[in-house]
Amino acid sequence: MSIIVTDSGFAPAGADSHFLDIDAGHPPTDLADELNNIEAIRIEFASFADGRGFTLARQLRLMGFGGRLRARGQIMCEQYAMARRAGFDEVEISDADAVRQPQENWLARANWAAHDYQSQLRRPSS
Amino acid sequence: MYRYNDFDHGFVRERVRQFRSQVQARIDGVISEDEFKPLRLMNGLYLQLHAYMLRVAIPYGTLSSAQMRALAMISQRWDKGYGHFTTRQNIQYNWPKLRDVPDILSDLADVEMHAIQTSGNTIRNITADHFAGAARDEIADPRPYAELIRQWSTDHPEFQFLPRKFKIAVTGSSDDRAVTRAHDIGLRMARGQDGDIGFEVIVGGGLGRTPVIGEVLREFLPVQDLLPYIEAIVSVYNMLGRRDNKYKARIKITVRENGIDKIRELVEAEFILRRASFGGADQELLARIKTAFPAPDFIDAPIANFKTALAANDDFATWVETNLSPHKNPDYAIVTISLKTLGATPGDATDTQMQVMANLAEQFSHDELRVSHEQNIILPHVHKSHLAEIYARLADVQLAAANVGLASDFIACPGMDYCTLATARSIPIAQEIAARIDELKIERDVGLLKIKISGCINACGHHHLAHIGILGLDRAGVENYQITLGGDATQNAEIGKRAGPGFPADEIVSAIERLLEAYLAQRTSRTETFLETYRRIGIEPFKIALYGDGKANHAA
Ligand code: SF4
Repeated sequence: MSIIVTDSGFAPAGADSHFLDIDAGHPPTDLADELNNIEAIRIEFASFADGRGFTLARQLRLMGFGGRLRARGQIMCEQYAMARRAGFDEVEISDADAVRQPQENWLARANWAAHDYQSQLRRPSS
Repeated sequence: MYRYNDFDHGFVRERVRQFRSQVQARIDGVISEDEFKPLRLMNGLYLQLHAYMLRVAIPYGTLSSAQMRALAMISQRWDKGYGHFTTRQNIQYNWPKLRDVPDILSDLADVEMHAIQTSGNTIRNITADHFAGAARDEIADPRPYAELIRQWSTDHPEFQFLPRKFKIAVTGSSDDRAVTRAHDIGLRMARGQDGDIGFEVIVGGGLGRTPVIGEVLREFLPVQDLLPYIEAIVSVYNMLGRRDNKYKARIKITVRENGIDKIRELVEAEFILRRASFGGADQELLARIKTAFPAPDFIDAPIANFKTALAANDDFATWVETNLSPHKNPDYAIVTISLKTLGATPGDATDTQMQVMANLAEQFSHDELRVSHEQNIILPHVHKSHLAEIYARLADVQLAAANVGLASDFIACPGMDYCTLATARSIPIAQEIAARIDELKIERDVGLLKIKISGCINACGHHHLAHIGILGLDRAGVENYQITLGGDATQNAEIGKRAGPGFPADEIVSAIERLLEAYLAQRTSRTETFLETYRRIGIEPFKIALYGDGKANHAA
């Protein structure tokens, strides 16, 4: 079993058969033609020190992917804000990791939209 | 100077608050050192040989007097009364206690400073020409662009876990004082066909165990494309850079393994995608940042007393000869304060010295100081009528060494005295060489000479780029010092060549002396520098000086 982390905290993972599973090194251009038909994508993080998944998420969003985007695997609660800012909707962690990093630690990062330099740089010109 | 707005303040305070609770969790044993490590590294806190080390960023090397005073206060209150200025325009404190670090960060936040992204596999402190805004040969002040990149790279959500650390340097001058060709990304300001400002983009330079001079990725990048283009470079690197071997993880290896043309193709494609996500807010921000870097309000006053002092005081005149650089205003000078006084640790300054430099900046340099990658402090805007008084006040605190650009103006990494990775000492070797040069009284005769020393193959002392580079290694438990010759850190960047087998610690000083003698014997005139002589006659005569006739090739 695993836990889904969103801005409102922990929830048990539900059915996930509609997710396309890819690893963090997957070339996004491979998916370019079918992005509109994909409902949800789950990107696997093999190690918290491997930041490829953040860039892959951003690239998928920039290519126009509007479906659900989930990060799964080795992710620290300190990385929650990065995941959200990069374009993920949610994070999936194991039950064991949810014990080690309890809900309150993740909720402490739920204000990810605040203090975000990128939001200063990318607002459309006024 | 750039001042924090509410957003910057809020960001830094929030980070201090988060780190305070992480430190508390570590002290209470709630988290292990393994869990704490990535958190402290996000905040510039290293574990060194004897203690924690805190590395504080000095963005593009610019400090106000209030900031320098705060650095002095921190060294006095929380450390052992000194700080170490580094080759990447940071200051390091070598003895902070873990429980004090959140308070130190809070004190830094009071003066708009922090230690964020001074460690870890992320975009590090953005460095710039230390003469920015003052240099005579400058197209424009590079610091507004560096500040824009600082804000963009700070807490960038994609780039906190890159394959390896990532360093960016910016210069606005034709004389490259920012070593742009030895950075992951180097930006050299240029003018486009319409006279508009842009940048030549250099990628994949770096030192370490595989020194590489960066290659040009884009000849001319218009200013409005700056952020999307470097974001494209870093995202291509993030996906492509090797993560299986940390010695092959820097972008220089990514470029070598994939070829510059392939990298360029990927970056240009990514750039198109990225550019669409910038809606002009970055350019509005840049315009606001620019207003924070106005030219100083220059004073118009006679400089006769400067000429009188020059004639009256030989020591002052000697100092003026080496420690001043031309300012764009002819009545002004750029003053370099040497942190290489005989017997001192290169790059170190005591709290008292920092205080004095802060006071001088406030009184005489339009409230500005700079830190150079050569580990000296700069007063960028000094009216010549104030030079004599500045000199006297520097001399009172042992900061008047007249050796900028000369043999004893070393770069030396911390080496065995502090660094866990060191294979040899570097500071004591630098001090011994300085003492010998002082004994021989040949420093001024030798003239312009860059000696740089690293205590291990990681090359933090930039020895590859030195006219005479020294690399301290460990050969079966014994320190061994290898010499490289002919390196160059300027716009004509070049990696030095290995001269031959290394020397034990008790022979390296004499070996350097022989090199200097060989140069003095071979140069055509006093105006031919060591590097010029080397380029004219090649490495052989220097090998003979080091190893004797015939021995060089055999021993190598
Ligand atoms: S060159 Fe080596 S010894 Fe010197 S500071 Fe860097 S890692 Fe440490």
